[in-house]
Amino acid sequence: MRIALFIACYNDALFPDTGKAVTAVLERLGHTVEFPMAQTCCGQMHYNTGYRREADSLVGAFNDAFRGYDAIVTPSGSCGGHVRHHHKTETAPNVYEFSEFLVDVLGVTDVGAYYPHRVTYHPTCHSLRMLRVGDKPLRLLRAVEGIELVELPEAESCCGFGGTFAMKNSETSVAMLQDKMGNVRKTGAQTLCASDNSCLMHIGGGLGRIKSGVRTLHLAEILAATR
Amino acid sequence: MSRDEVNVVWLGSPTFPKAAHDALQDDQLRRNLKHATTTIRDKRLRAVAELDDWETLRLAGSQIKDRVMRHLDTYLLQLEASVTAAGGVVHWAEDAREANWIVTELVRAKGATEVVKIKSMATQEIGLNEALADAGIEATETDLAELIVQLNHDRPSHILVPAIHRNRTEIRDIFLREMGKHGVPAPDDLTDEPRALAEAARVHLREKFLRAKVAISGANFACADTGTVGVVESEGNGRMCLTLPETLITVMGIEKVLPSFADLEVFLQLLPRSSTAERMNPYTSLWTGVTPGDGPQEFHLILLDNGRTKTLADTAGRSALHCIRCSACLNVCPVYERTGGRSYGSVYPGPIGAVLTPQLVGVGTSDHADSLPFASTLCGACYDACPVRIDIPEMLVHLRAKVVDAHRGGVPKPEALAMKGAKVVFGSPRRLAVAERLGAIGGRIAGIGGGRWLPGPAKKWTGARDVPVPARESFRTWWRKAGRG
Ligand code: SF4
Repeated sequence: MRIALFIACYNDALFPDTGKAVTAVLERLGHTVEFPMAQTCCGQMHYNTGYRREADSLVGAFNDAFRGYDAIVTPSGSCGGHVRHHHKTETAPNVYEFSEFLVDVLGVTDVGAYYPHRVTYHPTCHSLRMLRVGDKPLRLLRAVEGIELVELPEAESCCGFGGTFAMKNSETSVAMLQDKMGNVRKTGAQTLCASDNSCLMHIGGGLGRIKSGVRTLHLAEILAATR
Repeated sequence: MSRDEVNVVWLGSPTFPKAAHDALQDDQLRRNLKHATTTIRDKRLRAVAELDDWETLRLAGSQIKDRVMRHLDTYLLQLEASVTAAGGVVHWAEDAREANWIVTELVRAKGATEVVKIKSMATQEIGLNEALADAGIEATETDLAELIVQLNHDRPSHILVPAIHRNRTEIRDIFLREMGKHGVPAPDDLTDEPRALAEAARVHLREKFLRAKVAISGANFACADTGTVGVVESEGNGRMCLTLPETLITVMGIEKVLPSFADLEVFLQLLPRSSTAERMNPYTSLWTGVTPGDGPQEFHLILLDNGRTKTLADTAGRSALHCIRCSACLNVCPVYERTGGRSYGSVYPGPIGAVLTPQLVGVGTSDHADSLPFASTLCGACYDACPVRIDIPEMLVHLRAKVVDAHRGGVPKPEALAMKGAKVVFGSPRRLAVAERLGAIGGRIAGIGGGRWLPGPAKKWTGARDVPVPARESFRTWWRKAGRG
């Protein structure tokens, strides 16, 4: 199986460790991965903000970069969802969000990770409702050695990020963020985990500002952790 | 409230972010809303879970609505024929002005100076009460929540629970202050017990019911094949309006037509569970034309367009017309939960308002309407909740594109420039790599000192959130350096 990494532009620049973690987990499971250098951006931000022409011009380039792979794996639930739903190209159906790929395609839930901390999981909206990943991330987390997984109250409420919504409607966005942070703190978790760095950037940015001491970590990074 | 202020949109409404700013300052409002929406959300989930064919029902509902929209002309003509055959009179109104004029003339012809009304979004949309008042006719809302809003010269904030933003004590004060001005006053010793409040309303309204010669209603459905019109409600006051007066005038948006009487089976299951989380709504009134010696002896059906044909013309936006006004999308919407309905500046609040309002008034016509499609995080909860499967998130992005396109040309806004710039950068991996390096340097400089407070538009982010510091080395640089590619 030829596996391509689709790292997503903001992960590339801001969260490279997530990409490294995805690579590490897949290689640990015995797979070879490739990173097509021609990839840039799937156009989700443009599309969702109404700049459809600009988004459309990125679709062809995405398709060219990823043509010929059996699976295109991404650590971004929202970008994965966008490509699968809105790119009408031959590569779109081969795009998998990381947890989906592990559970549905590779058929594994135990990836041999070790992470001895109290963790709570936020199911990001696009993973939850666009990709319908269901409890796959939780099944992967439950198999992590040493982990103490605690349920997040009102887990399925949106954190308020919403891409450019966080700027255009920043006050509403922050009001939603405050409720999310309150729920995270109620769990007493040391780590907040999610499958999308964009939401984590927003929640983490808020948790950092109030010096909560709670760390935000992408699912891949927990799964990459070993003894 | 002046006449002009009452329409699909409340004229002069600020953009959504501005209105939300005020709503967010109101802690009481936020607490009331959170409590109300959480309660009904949980109840709805339970009510829906009771039916094992819920998803099939939703699909059926959405397919029927699809069919209605594809053949709207046919069904409307069929409806007109059926209603006429059953002894009713059908009128067509292109816009609010025309609909108001027809109703006013009909009421005048009866020599009436007061009418009773049962909750109707269509008449709110056209500002009927104010138009009637201008003509010297007093309209009394008989739905309890509507009555509260009306007595207080207030605006509704929810489709189903228009007074969701008021608490019991406020309602008692409104009753004491206002009822006497319009008829039977509230008793001086009125308490804020729900029972006492309901009794005061009952006494106040009873007198109106018995005296009114003309009633005005909306319609939840109208069946093309039989000409049957239906209203569902939970207090029974609607039924009084629909049966006691001699003349009944129904104002109905043209999208409410259903192909056949049999289709009611689907919608009478979908609606109550989605709206009030009940298995069945308490009062379902159905009438077909007039029946000699029983109920109103004169029935007028006004078919209202008011922007609907325009909406229908957009195949990607028209499913907003599928809406059966259950309000489930409001109750699950995290944005509505924080900001309340009035922030949307329209008769139609919440997610459905965000897609319906701009279409009814026209995209690109005002900053207010154009701000509505952006009042969402696209979390998708509304789509999952909608009993007729309206893909609201997809329609929001569709309308955002229309808004952006309506503003292309001229002096580009900073956002448009940023989007263009990003497209250029993303257009080539090489340019992206360069930009990432610059960003890493710039970002680290901004991050130095640990302040992380950025000026300008970025302040909107850094007001409450730290910015992530760009990594020293992007993923693609790492990959290349590691000799992988
Ligand atoms: S859009 Fe759907 S959920 Fe919202 S009010 Fe209409 S029918 Fe109900």
